[in-house]
Formats: sequence, C-alpha cells, structure tokens
Amino acid sequence: MTNKLELVCPAGTPASLHAAVDAGADVVYLGFRDETNARNFPGLNFNRKELAEGLEYAHANDAEVYVAINTFPEAGNPEPWKKAVDDAAKIGVDAVILADIGLADYAAQTHPDLRRHLSVQASASNPEAIKFYREAFGVQRVVLPRVLTLPEISALNKEIDVETEVFVFGGLCVMAEGRCALSSYATGESPNMTGVCSPASHVRYEDEGDRMVSRLGDFTINAFAPDEKAGYPTLCKGRFVTEGRASYLFEEPTSLNAAAMLPELMEAGVTALKIEGRQRGRAYIAQVVSAFRKAVDAAAEGLPIPQLNLDSITEGQQKTSGAYEKTWR
Amino acid sequence: MKTSKLTLGPNLFNWKAETWRDFYFRMADEAPVDSVYLGEVVCSKRSPFYAQYIPDIIERLEAAGKEVILSTLALIMTKREMESVREIAEAEGYMVEANDISAAALLEGRPHAIGPFINVYNEGTLAYLTRKGATRITLPVELESKSIEALAKSTSAELEVQIYGRLPLAISARCYHARTHQLSKDNCQFVCDRDPDGLDLDTLDGEPFLAVNGVQTMSYTYCNLSAEMEAMAKMGVSHFRLSPHSGDMVKIAQAYRDLLDGKSGIAETEDIISEQSDDMPFSNGYFYGKEGVVTEGERAELGE
Repeated sequence: MTNKLELVCPAGTPASLHAAVDAGADVVYLGFRDETNARNFPGLNFNRKELAEGLEYAHANDAEVYVAINTFPEAGNPEPWKKAVDDAAKIGVDAVILADIGLADYAAQTHPDLRRHLSVQASASNPEAIKFYREAFGVQRVVLPRVLTLPEISALNKEIDVETEVFVFGGLCVMAEGRCALSSYATGESPNMTGVCSPASHVRYEDEGDRMVSRLGDFTINAFAPDEKAGYPTLCKGRFVTEGRASYLFEEPTSLNAAAMLPELMEAGVTALKIEGRQRGRAYIAQVVSAFRKAVDAAAEGLPIPQLNLDSITEGQQKTSGAYEKTWR
Repeated sequence: MKTSKLTLGPNLFNWKAETWRDFYFRMADEAPVDSVYLGEVVCSKRSPFYAQYIPDIIERLEAAGKEVILSTLALIMTKREMESVREIAEAEGYMVEANDISAAALLEGRPHAIGPFINVYNEGTLAYLTRKGATRITLPVELESKSIEALAKSTSAELEVQIYGRLPLAISARCYHARTHQLSKDNCQFVCDRDPDGLDLDTLDGEPFLAVNGVQTMSYTYCNLSAEMEAMAKMGVSHFRLSPHSGDMVKIAQAYRDLLDGKSGIAETEDIISEQSDDMPFSNGYFYGKEGVVTEGERAELGE
C-alpha cells in the first residue's frame, strides 16, 4: 500500500477551519490571537473557545488540529507563550508547532504527552539539527525550511527518524525562515519578534501621477505604471537596484506551487504537505484545499496529478517550485 | 568599562585570500582586541581559498595573547558543509562558535560559543544552551535594550553584542551576488569578491537600503553602538563585537577601546569611526526597540 501524503491546511478563522475540513484537509493548523504565532495579523486567529469548537468540528470529521506557537518568546515576558502551550495541551490539540528552544524545552518538560512539531521558523536544514530537536525535545515532525532541493530532502529523510513536512503552495519565503530581520530593519517588526513580516501598518501606496509607489516604512519597495496592479510591498518581493540595474533581486512577486512534484516528494520520503495562507479568506482556502485533496489522492494512486486550476485565486501571479529545483539558487 | 572586552567578529565578506591573511596578521600584531573569531560563516564555497592560512593566523593571534574562536557556517544544507563544520567542532583545544543549532549539538558538553545566527531571544533558550556548555553568547541583532538586560540578568554566561559594522539581516539558499551578475550560484565565478564591504542595494528612488553579500543580506548602514556600550556594560554585557570591514580596523578598535577606557568621548570616537567607515551612515535603532535603520539616543543629537 502506498503511504498517502498528509494534507496540512491553514485557517485564520473558524469559518476557514470549517471550509478546510469540508474540503478534505487531513489537518488544520492555526494560531492563537496574539504575538505567539507567526501570522499575528489584525482580525485573524483563534481565541481559546474558538479553538475548542474548531477542534471538536475537526475531530468529528476525521481531521486534526495543530496549533502554531512559533514566534520567539520575548525576554522578560515568557508567560503568553507558556500559556499558549498550556492551553493547547488542555484543549487537547493534536500537536503544537514550536520554533523556540526554550519553549520546546518547556513543552517537553511540562506536557510530555503533547505531540511536538518543529516549525519552519526553527530553520532546521540538516540532519544534525533535526536530530538535536528530536533527542532534546522529542520532536516528532519537522517542517523543512524552504531552502532545500528535492534531492537534498530525499537524502535528509534517509538520515533522520523524524517525519518531515514541506510547503507546497502559497507564499514563499526566499530567506531561511526564522533567520530574517529584513522586516524589522525597515519597520521595527519582524516574524521572530512580533509574528509579522512587512506589516500592513507600515505600508503606504502613493499615487505620484505617472506611477504608483508602494512603500514599507520609509523605503520604496516597488513602483507601478498607472494601468498596472500595485502589489503588496513584501520586502523580499520588491524591485531594487544593484549595479545600476533594477530587478526583483531576491524574488519575483511569485508564489509557490509544487503540486507537480507530489510524486517526487512522496518518493523523497516526505510525510506531510503544507499549504501556506492563514491570512487567506474562506473561499480561497476551500478552493486550494479541494484542489490539493484531489492531487494528493491521485498521487497516492500513482495517477497523473490533475490540473489544479488555481490561477483565478492567485491573482495571475507567477508560480515557482522554489528551492525544490537547484536552478532556483 | 575597563573590564569590557572587545572582540573582532568573523569576517563576513569574500576578501582575496592574501588580503584576508594579511588582515588577520595585522590584527594579531596591532589591534587592541581581546578575542578574534576566525572562519567562514556565510558561504562554504569561499573557505577553500584561505583555509591554508588559518594555522599560521591562529599561531600569530595566540602569540599576541589574543583568544581565538573558530566560527562556523550559519546555513548548513549539504553533507559537505556538515562535514566541514564537524571537523571544526572536533578540533581539540579550540573554542568554537556555533552559528547553527547542529554545530551547538556537536559541541555539547564542552565550553563553546553561540553566534548571532542562533535564535537566543529569551531566558529559556539561553538557560538551555548554557546548560549544554555554551559559555559565551552573541545575541541576535534585532534585540532591544530591555531584552538584553533581561537576558544578562538571568545568566552567568558571557554575553556579546555587535557594536560596529553592517548588520547581518538574512541568509538564503540563493546567492544575490550571483543574481546581480545574472549568474547562478553553482557558477557564481565568486563575484562577491568584488565588494569587500558588500554590494550596495538601492531602492528604485536611488535611496541606499541594504547590502548584498553573496547569500547574505545586510544593512546598508553600519551599526554603531558607541553611545550604548556603557549602558550595556552596566546590564552585564561583557563583550563588544566589531564586525570586520575594509576600513582600518586597528584604528576603529582603538577608538572603541579608548572610549571604553574613558580616554575619549562619544563625539571624538564618532569622528574616527566615521572617517574609517567611508562616512557611511550609522544606525542603532534595534537597541531602542525601533526600526533597525534609525539612529536614536545620544548619537542622534550628534548628527543635528
């Protein structure tokens, strides 16, 4: 029997959780409504009651819930993070996704029976790092940073006895996750410290007549012709000038789609696939999850991966398979 | 602050091998620093060029009474990279700085240093790593003063903070120097050796913003915490790190040493450092919990 890839899907609201479960998610991952998770956006995420209700709905429909507590606790203020772990354990979630060493230690000591996954924000990119988290904190799964090629993932899986989860769709970090302070350099807020990157509160669009400029903090991130759609100024997807030439130096305003690689990812020994996008709306989640449900099922049967037809919701953005192919580097 | 130590962090740039060697020889002979970090942190493709000089440099540094710490890679992805880090970690008799948790795991049980690329944001993580043998921790560049203070209060380990030089902000599997020159990382032609202090990156409006250093992205501004050292020393930060640049690091180290020893003031230090840094703009915003790019505090008034 082929082992089927687990489909791990995002939810930023209870409505999205329902949509993901209904569309065939094996697992929904989410965060609490505070700085303890890496999608700390206004109006997003779950309070304790919403989590308990969501968990009940998921379990009733044979799905699981993982809680991401994946920012780095602030020095002098560990309580919100410890409480998040305690509450997740008390509510009975299926796993917590952690990035910080101190918090992983706390979770392992205080809640040994609570399943622990390692967040992509921990940037564990090699067997020794993964073995460390396995041995020190009993981590059972690691979400791999988006820096590895398919052959590297395959080689890695042969050396570790920890499950691996990889991103297959959605936003794409081009820097090693959990090791990027570009956002705080320009805005004072970063994924590691406050759970946000290029936060909307620091974004401005300025109509200069002949062009629309997008800024982050005081810095121009991109400029668009009047008839062009002005994209969101995520710092690493901006246009900058080096050696007198303007380019999308870090990355085009592109998103990840590795659906075509599902057979290879299975072959590489990957356990679970992750869809990015806890900030996305219910309709988006429903569409992406059901498309990937079909793709995962087809891959498990050894059938060709069906067309996902997701172009309408990705705003015509370019797609990339990112670091999975070495040419990306 | 006479007891405060000055350190020379690992050179993050790709300098010609002989330039690299001569730089460290001169640091050994002339720079008033207590410790020197040596080795490749950014890109594993660079080290073969200068590796042959490392034993001589270590000998010269030690003969000059300087502590030598071997630095290791921040992003380890291949077997070959892991083996190179393992070799360094197994070197008997040397203090090693881990910049990835894999290296810290290899160093467990004996005294070692933790570099700024391992995320030590809080007391829990700091306590865990010190229990496993870490004796000196260089803090991530993003931390503000109240976090530094809380960490210092919680530990008896030595804490180090970068006070000079471009801030290492991000690392990637992708090489942006190669991309600038429309090359791939595999066939990069080592173009990062053309920019001894990194390659300036401007916004579309021509405003300097960041600096590219191969797979690493840095601040355009040079961090300068001259006016904050005293406060940090009081908090319990024992080591202050100078990140090497192509300016005269002997003069720069001397300027900071004189400031620590009370032989000169902030303004005087500023003049020397500025002159040796090509008049690059300075920043210290992270220390004040602000955008990393800005300048706050006593030095903000100097510029007015």
